[in-house]
Amino acid sequence: MFSLFQLKKIFQLNENFFYWLKITFLSLIIFGLILSLIVSPKDYLQGDTVRIMYVHVPASWLALMIFAAMGISSIITLVFKIRVFTIYAKSLAPIGFTFSLISIFTGSLWGQPTWGTFWTWDARLTSMLVLVFFYIFYILSWKFIKNFFVAEKYSSILAIIGLANLPIIKFSVEWWNTLHQPASIKLTESPAIHSSMLMPLLIMFLGFSVFALFIFFIRYKTEVLQLQENKLNKVLKK
Amino acid sequence: MTPSRKKRLTYFLVSAVVVLILGKFIFNSLQKNTIYFFSPTDLYLNSENPKGLIRVGGLVKKGSVQENKNEATYTFVVTDLKNDIYVEYKGIIYVEYKGILPNLFQEEKGVVVEGTLKDKKFLLGKTILAKHDENYMPPEVAEALKKSGNWNKKYDQ
Repeated sequence: MFSLFQLKKIFQLNENFFYWLKITFLSLIIFGLILSLIVSPKDYLQGDTVRIMYVHVPASWLALMIFAAMGISSIITLVFKIRVFTIYAKSLAPIGFTFSLISIFTGSLWGQPTWGTFWTWDARLTSMLVLVFFYIFYILSWKFIKNFFVAEKYSSILAIIGLANLPIIKFSVEWWNTLHQPASIKLTESPAIHSSMLMPLLIMFLGFSVFALFIFFIRYKTEVLQLQENKLNKVLKK
Repeated sequence: MTPSRKKRLTYFLVSAVVVLILGKFIFNSLQKNTIYFFSPTDLYLNSENPKGLIRVGGLVKKGSVQENKNEATYTFVVTDLKNDIYVEYKGIIYVEYKGILPNLFQEEKGVVVEGTLKDKKFLLGKTILAKHDENYMPPEVAEALKKSGNWNKKYDQ
């Protein structure tokens, strides 16, 4: 059943596949940027500041989604010892980390003109910062623990604990009163964001996702090659 | 499923349940400590005034913003539509940094004021933060909504 998850499958992917992934990413980002920076309207309150949102929101979504994927992979790693999921999580970590940093930085760039402050310790911002630290500790645990199997264990435990932070980030704006506004896009309600702004946002999100996927494949390939170099091929077979 | 996998899965599920229950307790106790701002009503109902720096959030009451140019002081009223609180904002900073009042500081819009309470209805403001809501729309749409009478009160937060 798990033959689907064989590590080496990726080397069978066609070069063409990566080429088209790149093309898709570039066209989505160019199209998305033109829409969000030029075509889309100003906001009735924020003016042009609203354009930061087209980078901030996709980056934040991906930072959360990628950590969720890492956490779930870690559960599978710890419980079923299917090694490929360890490598998934390990390859995803730097991507999610970068997105979480982008989220924090663009958020404070937006916060200064809109709220009047770069940073404030409300529940949303604090829990997002906690996520950044989870990413840092996860990556560091791989860097500092030399033994693959020990590192696998500790990093997985870390990712699973970090999983608990995700609903806190998501619902912080509803559970507590925060300076950060509640979500504009909900699954159950019609979005509180006008369609002329929603379109560029979704296209940017698609572009960012394809980029994340592309980097993931590169990182994954590197990780597998590294395993082979360290004579850990045995784990590949499992 | 192999026995060892079964064992690890049981371990995992049991510890997940324990953590969830613990998390619920932590969450409940956090609920009281993670108040980012008080509403004027919260303060009004409090028997004791909180000491030190506190944050008060609400709407800037319509027509209440006054600017005293000589002292560079703003005064306005923050309301949650039940109770008002009188805010005096010593904006010496305003003179030195133009636009210290955030872009979004407007009457009938959300605001969070950080400062110390002088008495129950009087706050000496130190920092002013504007609160933004989840509604995003182009100016023309906002204009059209107001004209057609479809302007939702929830946009004024």
